[in-house]
Amino acid sequence: MSAIPLTHALILACILFSIGFVGVIVRKNTLFILMSLEVMLNAVGVAFIAAGSAWKQADGQIMFILILTLAAAEVAVGLALLIRMQRKHRTLDIDKLNEMRG
Amino acid sequence: MIESFASIETIFYLASLVAIIASLKVVTGKNTVHALLYLVVSLLAVAVCFYLMGAPFAAGLEVIVYAGAILVLFVFAIMMFGLTKDELHYAPQSNGVLTWLGPIGLAVLLLVLLLFAITNGEIQHKLTVNIVDAKQVGILLYGPYLLAVEIASFLLLAGLIAGYHYAKPDVTGGHL
Repeated sequence: MSAIPLTHALILACILFSIGFVGVIVRKNTLFILMSLEVMLNAVGVAFIAAGSAWKQADGQIMFILILTLAAAEVAVGLALLIRMQRKHRTLDIDKLNEMRG
Repeated sequence: MIESFASIETIFYLASLVAIIASLKVVTGKNTVHALLYLVVSLLAVAVCFYLMGAPFAAGLEVIVYAGAILVLFVFAIMMFGLTKDELHYAPQSNGVLTWLGPIGLAVLLLVLLLFAITNGEIQHKLTVNIVDAKQVGILLYGPYLLAVEIASFLLLAGLIAGYHYAKPDVTGGHL
């Protein structure tokens, strides 16, 4: 059993996830939405690592590595889409995207 | 007195407090570059938490891949966007060191915590007891989880191609 109680680490993960979720919902700048998504993915990583260290298994860290690759791919595609959006609309406001039809 | 502070739990709570404060500053920030600095601090704080939870390999990966690679990707993208008018309005050029003070303070606090955890013999002893090291992770990753690794490589390839395709200038036209 690790020195840090599993409950406290999971509480930390929940707080970080909530902060990121509020950021995704509230912000209108698409770049900030991507950063909040990073915070959310990171919080999920905290939960996996905490569970893995509580049971002393390496599976938690493996799930964290998979989350890491997911985050890398997501950021690459998301930022490329943002560059395209900035080029086309001259703004990063996500409300502008409702002009797209179909 | 010092004994009650010199425990893994206290350092963990302080590091998680740094992570929460930095994440709040990321979400509520006005300037993208400043928010990015706070995001780096948040990821480093989470890396310290990983180290204290007995996962030094994950902590290293967090620093190298998240704070190193993904955040540099963000910086490149922000450079490509260029600073628009409202960014310049929110970030006057003359206030110098004041904008750096928040992230630097939090990062120095993290450094002090980490140095304390490394130099304290009792904490080191407690950490080495319940460690899950890179060898176990590697054995499991290339044994039962081999299919997941292959799928992750497909995902990265898809991300590479999609990133190239979407960020490509329109004028070249045509292929891919």
